[in-house]
Amino acid sequence: MKHTTQQPPDQRRTADRNGAATAAPAPAGATTRRRRASHQWTAWAFLAPVALYLALFYAYPLYRNLDLSLHNYTVRSFVRGDAPFTGLANYRAVFDDPTFAPALLHTAVFTTVCLVLQYSIGLALAVFFNQHFRLSAILRALFLVPWLLPLIVSASTWSWMLNSDSGIVNATLHAVGIGPVHWLTSPSWSLTSVIIANVWIGVPFNLVVLYSGLQSIPASLYEAAALDGAGAWRRFWSITFPLLRPVSAITLLLGLVYTLKVFDIIWIMTKGGPADSSTTFATWSYQLGFGNLLPAFGPGAAVGNLLVVAALVFGLVYLKVQRKQASS
Amino acid sequence: MNRSARRRLTAAALTVVAVTTGATACSSSGSGSGSGGTSTKASDGGTYTIWDPYPQFDKSSAWTKLLDGCGTEAGVKIKRTAFDTSDLTNKALLAAQQGNSADVLIIDNPVVSTLAEAGVLTSTDDTKLDVSKVSPNLLSAGQSGGKTYGTPIGANTLALYYNNKVLKAAGVDISSVKDWKSLTAALAKVKAAGKKGITFSAIGTEEGSFQFLPWYWGSGAQLTALDSDKAVSALSLWKDWLGKGYAPNSVINNTQTTSWAEFATGDYAFAENGTWQLGNADKAGLDYGVIPVPGIDGGSAAAPTGGEFVTIPVQDDTARYATTQKLVSCLTNSQNLLDTDTTLSYVAPTTEVQDKQAAANPKLKPWVEAVKAARGRTGDNLGTKYPKISEQLWKAVQSALSGSASPKDALGSAQSAVK
Repeated sequence: MKHTTQQPPDQRRTADRNGAATAAPAPAGATTRRRRASHQWTAWAFLAPVALYLALFYAYPLYRNLDLSLHNYTVRSFVRGDAPFTGLANYRAVFDDPTFAPALLHTAVFTTVCLVLQYSIGLALAVFFNQHFRLSAILRALFLVPWLLPLIVSASTWSWMLNSDSGIVNATLHAVGIGPVHWLTSPSWSLTSVIIANVWIGVPFNLVVLYSGLQSIPASLYEAAALDGAGAWRRFWSITFPLLRPVSAITLLLGLVYTLKVFDIIWIMTKGGPADSSTTFATWSYQLGFGNLLPAFGPGAAVGNLLVVAALVFGLVYLKVQRKQASS
Repeated sequence: MNRSARRRLTAAALTVVAVTTGATACSSSGSGSGSGGTSTKASDGGTYTIWDPYPQFDKSSAWTKLLDGCGTEAGVKIKRTAFDTSDLTNKALLAAQQGNSADVLIIDNPVVSTLAEAGVLTSTDDTKLDVSKVSPNLLSAGQSGGKTYGTPIGANTLALYYNNKVLKAAGVDISSVKDWKSLTAALAKVKAAGKKGITFSAIGTEEGSFQFLPWYWGSGAQLTALDSDKAVSALSLWKDWLGKGYAPNSVINNTQTTSWAEFATGDYAFAENGTWQLGNADKAGLDYGVIPVPGIDGGSAAAPTGGEFVTIPVQDDTARYATTQKLVSCLTNSQNLLDTDTTLSYVAPTTEVQDKQAAANPKLKPWVEAVKAARGRTGDNLGTKYPKISEQLWKAVQSALSGSASPKDALGSAQSAVK
């Protein structure tokens, strides 16, 4: 702002009093400070869209969810907006609910088993496709199909296939002499069924990320190892696995956050049932808030927040791992 | 440099403005699409908004024409928005929270008492809506605390469809099916003949409770005591059918639509389903008939009523009620009820129109009888207690049928959870 330097001193003082650049003894100093201030404003202006976006679409919904979980909402108070503040009563209700312990267990089992299976199958396939045999690209593309399908399509298809009476899985089992398995309607099988479907859907993601990780391991290492007489098994454990560790860590952590919040597959296949046998925190939260004619917004939001906290913890672990990688 | 700095600043400021207005535009259009543009209502007194759960009807449908016709008669323009049934309750609650409810809201009957409790709906005392012709058993779903919060546009209910071909092959005479014992005996014969017995929906949602209620009420049990011996006998009936293979295990996950698909294969002797499947039954080319769900010792069990209510949500501008009342009266006059209920495959809520329907289509006769015997789910002054009871009821059904608890234990824990 060139013209400020040409201003007479008294005018400049007026400007100073107006707060643009206070207590500037020398004209030159004032200019740099003003320049810095305007730079700062520019910086803020550039930041504003993102800040606004974050506030509108992330901070506000989170705040609103927290707010919901701390008030006793009935349909009447929801409409009138005068729900009484009840502190942690909703959380206490959720912890005391007979569904809490099974939901926690199912969430843990679902997440762990899905992650282990998705990762190991994905890694095995990635190593397999790394051999670059004929048609390997086409086969690899086929493995991506589950990833490309809308979840409602894959989940509905799985629930048809696993139908007790008319599903293809039981028809096949029947052909080899195994009695019907009530995949979706027996409390001892429903969790297994949704895990199978979710693993099928999650393998492609692991395959793609791990496969690209394998590309970055130099072939010369394998050649050297082969010359030293290392077999395939040895090469995998001494070269592939350790060098893939950073990629593996990210894959597992992203998978964990994703699996923790899986809702659609379970809801479409079993609705969390029968008798809560496949209820996880994600489906329970929805069930409380929307699964009934009379919505329980408070407890539903409380369960949702527990899920957010769990995801946040693992998100922080992810950041820490990422930082460690960056520094090493 | 200074000029470019300023230009940069201006550009940034413009971006901010663009983004903010963009965001607010989004949010206002977001709520606008939900409210159907009701926010402009105050300035536009000549446009009345109607929300309905019939997305299957588009602009060229008879339903839309009927709405527009009633608007013209009342001298106003109609703006109609159709929602998915499951969406409509939450949309209506949100709209009421924002103070821009529709003028006319057509909503699933068990939700009426919930919305009335929330203070979203006007009573017929406020709007002077005439409901004297409506059958009392149908109107009860919209009553709470001695007031009536709307009028049914039509009703449907459940009954048993049977497949003549399967029954004949199994040597079952349908007239012998009169109570639970004879029905179970018929199912045993059907199974012995290598066919499948009965299909229904016992899914873990409101649909599951809806389907279980005819048996529950047919046993003589009341919704106020889920753990009564009568209630246990109803759940044991279903449990037995599953255990003996008379009903498929998949009923635990069946919606009413998937259950119908099973019946439509032609392998099943019986299916519990609703009035709305009549058209599909003809289309599937089934040789079928319909009987009411039998009570435990004979007679017809009361089935729950389905179908929607036409309601008038609370408005700031109470002067609108007079016109809205005209619109609702037009929608529910005898001729229009006959047309609408024929399209929806519903039974009309007044005896006058029911008789006309039965005369025009004899196949509707058993349904008219079933609707006359039907009960509102939120009746008996249960009101907003019903959703909680219903949730525990479907959970108990799921626990018992899947074998994770005995019918007695399942209903016992259901009753203690309601308290």
